[in-house]
Amino acid sequence: MHAPTGRDLRLDFFRGIALWLIFLDHIPSNLVAWGTIRNYGFSDATEIFVFVSGYTAAFVYGKEMRERGFMIAGAHILRRAWQIYVAHVFLFAIYLAEISYVATSFENPLYAEEMNILDFLKQPDVTIVQALLLKFKPSNMDVLPLYIILLLLFPPILWLLQFRSSLALGASVLLYVLTWHFNWNMPSYPSGHWYFNPFAWQLLFVFGAWCALGGAQRLSRVSQSPVTVSIAAAYLLFAFVISLTWYLPGMSQYVPHWLEELIYPIDKVNLDVLRFAHFLALAVLTVRFVPRDWPLLKSWWAWPPIVCGQHSLEIFCLGVFLSFAAHFAMVEVSSAVWVQFVASGVGIVVMVAVAGLLGWYKRAEERSPGSRRRKAPDADLAGGEA
Amino acid sequence: MKTVAAALAGLSAALLALAGSMVAAEGQRCEVPDYLLFGNNELKHVTEAVKKDRRLTIAVVGTGSSILAGPDGPLSAYPARLEEALKRRLPSVAVKVVTLVRTRMSAEDLARGMAKLLVDEKPDLVIWQTGTLDAIRRIEPDDFRAALEEGVETLHKGGADVILMNMQYSPRTDIMIAPGPYADNMRVVAQQHEIPLFDRLAIMRHWSDTGAFDLYAAGKDNVLAHRVHDCIGRGIASMIIDAAHLRSVDPKAGQ
Repeated sequence: MHAPTGRDLRLDFFRGIALWLIFLDHIPSNLVAWGTIRNYGFSDATEIFVFVSGYTAAFVYGKEMRERGFMIAGAHILRRAWQIYVAHVFLFAIYLAEISYVATSFENPLYAEEMNILDFLKQPDVTIVQALLLKFKPSNMDVLPLYIILLLLFPPILWLLQFRSSLALGASVLLYVLTWHFNWNMPSYPSGHWYFNPFAWQLLFVFGAWCALGGAQRLSRVSQSPVTVSIAAAYLLFAFVISLTWYLPGMSQYVPHWLEELIYPIDKVNLDVLRFAHFLALAVLTVRFVPRDWPLLKSWWAWPPIVCGQHSLEIFCLGVFLSFAAHFAMVEVSSAVWVQFVASGVGIVVMVAVAGLLGWYKRAEERSPGSRRRKAPDADLAGGEA
Repeated sequence: MKTVAAALAGLSAALLALAGSMVAAEGQRCEVPDYLLFGNNELKHVTEAVKKDRRLTIAVVGTGSSILAGPDGPLSAYPARLEEALKRRLPSVAVKVVTLVRTRMSAEDLARGMAKLLVDEKPDLVIWQTGTLDAIRRIEPDDFRAALEEGVETLHKGGADVILMNMQYSPRTDIMIAPGPYADNMRVVAQQHEIPLFDRLAIMRHWSDTGAFDLYAAGKDNVLAHRVHDCIGRGIASMIIDAAHLRSVDPKAGQ
């Protein structure tokens, strides 16, 4: 990547794609999700999302921190964290609505045990308070709490990145290593820990931020050398072959025992090194083969993912909501394969339409004569705020 | 752009609906693809018990999804169906299936009871059904895995074979319960300890996909539950006979 001047549409493009994939992966029993990258390697759309979010956060707030100082940029970052918190609570309300509906509409003797999920409803006092404290997180609602923590801690990290970028990245790697060594994580309710361990996943976010502030350029000689590109391609191939054994059980006998011992389990909670490496390999190949001025990025075809990537928070939340709605349709209407395809397709169209509408609002507001000329960081710039 | 997308979605939907209805027509049976039932992991104690003593004692350890409610529940749940299928296919063997089900128990709770189980029942084989409650409570996957390993090692030391059984495929609740990490850990533990895994999740998913059973159905009707448990019982019987290299009278009856 070149010096961070102007917007890099590749970021918007790939974050938009990641948002679509997260939506598809969140619909349970969805055949369309077979097409998403998590089935063909170790990492999935979450890595892309967190990395690009770190990259854009540093790009947008880094510029502001240089121009307007630590306090103003820090305050804006915290405001963003607050917005995400509100969005998370909103999604939790929708989750409660769905689970309450299931509680009253579904009674099948085969699934008496699964109905224990409703235990949470029996103590709303505890459950709701724990949800507000970000300790009770229903499935599929783990990414936003991670994002909130990452942003809350971001102002000092960003400050350090500006002046001692290698030191900041080193500290991030150190925290990651210590987390693995000492099993650090944040507690969850009713048991266990955070599904996306913030102490581990911060590495990807800070690495994204570091790349945005010139790191990618410094790395480019190494990252774009033929040797690196070949290693990345070989690693992706290796991950692909291993992932095949998950779905073609006959093949798992060809994986040597020592290799299984070595690589499993591939830990998503703590951002396994294999996952991080898989993301890096994908990034190396992407930067190598998708140039910044790739003509397709300016074309009509690339607009849907780009516009989604430019409104990532709204579209992420919408995606979670739509995955609930798609699941609801599959349960109440039909689970036939065509319903899965239609629900997936309609969901993406809705995401694109809403993103387009948000972009239109923003442009209209900026153009309206009464509006003050806002100089606050542009949420859409280079892929939106954070 | 939207019209193009809609047209594409409509076209693919029509094609898939056609394919789906063709698959559904051949359903209504307990058919399970071989790769889901048969693997390389052997049940050596079972082979020995059957060949030497002509008897086989199986203990099913599990939670709420190993039983069915109602007066005919105990006879219709899969442990009883398994016993019947084995007796039918191994007529010269004294088969006994005991059930030790405790509802609302995590894998760790169940693992703690394994030593006592070995003393009380002296089973040749333990079918350990677990994972559902762990997924509901979102217990730390590492802790879940450690509990599985502890339980499996206790049973192996006590001279019993083990089959792990994962959670049910439950399409109505699967947006709230994420079985993924727990099912993965069960697969890994089964692989590393070379024990068979009865992949109930994939098997029931297969029945749902082929239209053999409508697992989205709601209602108090017991018929679906009884038929699904019957098929699970037959499936485990086939798995045991294959993994222990036993000679059965009717190899197709379990399918």
